[in-house]
Amino acid sequence: MKKLKLNKTTKNNLITYGIVILAYIIVEAMLAGGQISSLMKGLLVPLCVYVILAVSLNLVVGILGELSLGHAGFMCVGAFSSAFFSKCTAGMMPDGLRFFLALLIGAAIAALFGLIIGIPVLRLKGDYLAIVTLAFGEIIKNLINVFFIGKDANGFHFSMKDAMSLNMDGGDVIINGPQGITGTPNDSTFTIGVILVLITLVIVLHLINSRDGRAIMSIRDNRIAAESVGINITKYKLMAFIISAALAGVAGVLYAHNLATLTALPKNFGYNQSIMILVFVVLGGIGSTRGSMIAAVVLTLLPELLRGLNDYRMLIYAIVLIVMMLLNWSPKALEMRERYSPKRLLAKRKEAKEAK
Amino acid sequence: MSFISYLINGISLGSVYAIIALGYTMVYGIAKMLNFAHGDIIMVGGYAAFISMNSLGVNPILAVILSVVICTILGLVIERVAYRPLRNASSPLAVLITAIGVSYLLQNLALLMFGADTKSFTSVVTVPAVVLAGGKLTISGETIVTVLACMIIMIGLTLFINKTKAGQAMLAVSEDRGAAQLMGINVNGTIALTFAIGSALAAIAAVLLCSAYPSLTPYTGAMPGIKAFVAAVFGGIGSIPGALIGGILLGIIEILGKAYISSQMADAIVFGVLIVVLLVKPSGLLGKQIQEKV
Repeated sequence: MKKLKLNKTTKNNLITYGIVILAYIIVEAMLAGGQISSLMKGLLVPLCVYVILAVSLNLVVGILGELSLGHAGFMCVGAFSSAFFSKCTAGMMPDGLRFFLALLIGAAIAALFGLIIGIPVLRLKGDYLAIVTLAFGEIIKNLINVFFIGKDANGFHFSMKDAMSLNMDGGDVIINGPQGITGTPNDSTFTIGVILVLITLVIVLHLINSRDGRAIMSIRDNRIAAESVGINITKYKLMAFIISAALAGVAGVLYAHNLATLTALPKNFGYNQSIMILVFVVLGGIGSTRGSMIAAVVLTLLPELLRGLNDYRMLIYAIVLIVMMLLNWSPKALEMRERYSPKRLLAKRKEAKEAK
Repeated sequence: MSFISYLINGISLGSVYAIIALGYTMVYGIAKMLNFAHGDIIMVGGYAAFISMNSLGVNPILAVILSVVICTILGLVIERVAYRPLRNASSPLAVLITAIGVSYLLQNLALLMFGADTKSFTSVVTVPAVVLAGGKLTISGETIVTVLACMIIMIGLTLFINKTKAGQAMLAVSEDRGAAQLMGINVNGTIALTFAIGSALAAIAAVLLCSAYPSLTPYTGAMPGIKAFVAAVFGGIGSIPGALIGGILLGIIEILGKAYISSQMADAIVFGVLIVVLLVKPSGLLGKQIQEKV
């Protein structure tokens, strides 16, 4: 028998997929055993949503090295476009096919927005890029709240004022401004969520380890050097940005089809949400796909696990966040960790023994 | 006439944005970090003034001073505990996320201490309103005080930076931190001073903002904070006159957008204008264009 030889990155990627599959099996087993509270059950699909968002944002922040604060905006685009599609076509085709098409539409429209935003915005650098993406996210949220689309026998009606000015002839209002979209078919399940997480991981990990991925990382490490060896900066920047936007759109589709009512509130699509996703990426270790994934799961569960502490849970969450950042990033703390790490202490003891 | 009154309202709101934007712009210029907790310091300033006026019963002027002192100390403590250890971290994102953590911390502390209900703030301004053009145009006392305060702060700050040693040290640190340190400037002290000034300005902005829009919740600071940040970028982040121009233009755009285009879309208009400005002039209106060296 010839032993299968894997190189390091393939092995690492397989471990990442393994973690997801293992987590899925454990959760399914616990579900079958009835050991998961209904509260936790409600969290399963959002967990997948956040994992996809964190992994896709990591592509822009960690791999491309640009700070984006508008990730929730792409999720919002994906959520609303797909919910609109699902609502229009409900009953016209089998559920599975409809959800599949909804996913494609959500991803495509989010990617389109990524392209539209990306072309002008990627000329900017650093904090300016951050603020423009933040502004974009807020604009999307704001515009969705003044959108009114209705459908009746005469076709679609569109307005940006209120539901009355649609001049509807019967029919129903599909997007109702601040009230959003109600009655989206409930297609998202935990299994679909996990499959989408795996697809996201395959796409992202494959991209990172490909020739294109290395080109993107070279832009992060030194833009001028990358340009001088003939790498097309704009093309690769846009590529990373658009893929990231499309995956955020997929997360949005999953999110939208998990809720009965979809509204664009500051809480779910505002800049706070974008920042939350960024926190996952940074705490998980910038550039580490597996880290983003784990951080997203831990930080989504943390406030729920602290629920017993009621009013104090967000306070504790904030303190945990600050302390973790200080311990993980402060040069002094890193030095201390180095000095007192168990590995080093053991090595020291061994050295002392040998000296005797 | 209504146009002029909208314009005056815009200038008044813009002056508050300008004062907050100063805090952002100075901290960015000197410490090269976006202080996301700045908006929440405004909120703390608002509560400090509210509590000292309503519960302790001190007079408004004293309440403002108390609020400034509390915010200054808070700013210094945050800088020392949360930001300074991360100053030389390998990724600039680390301190940004910590600032977000501080922002959550302040919001939730306020939520626990003061509750989620809206407090109605009594105006600290006792200046009477001015009626012009035979009653057609009224300028409220709050507007007059806000615009005056903004002007005084701007002039004071410009003089401070250009005429005093500490101010020159700030300029030096913002230009080149390493070189400034070699010249014997206390870099940590200068950055702490910047945070102190920024937080004191946030307290003043808080009192002015709450006097004009008298509702106070733990989330009061968040939106004005973001808008002021936009104003700072708009005018060119790191530039003090830029913060003034950016703030006032943003205030005018917001109020006129609300009045003439759509009140629900005001935020989208503000952010849209920002994007257009940055695309045409990527470093803001008065920002410095820095040449990249290979």
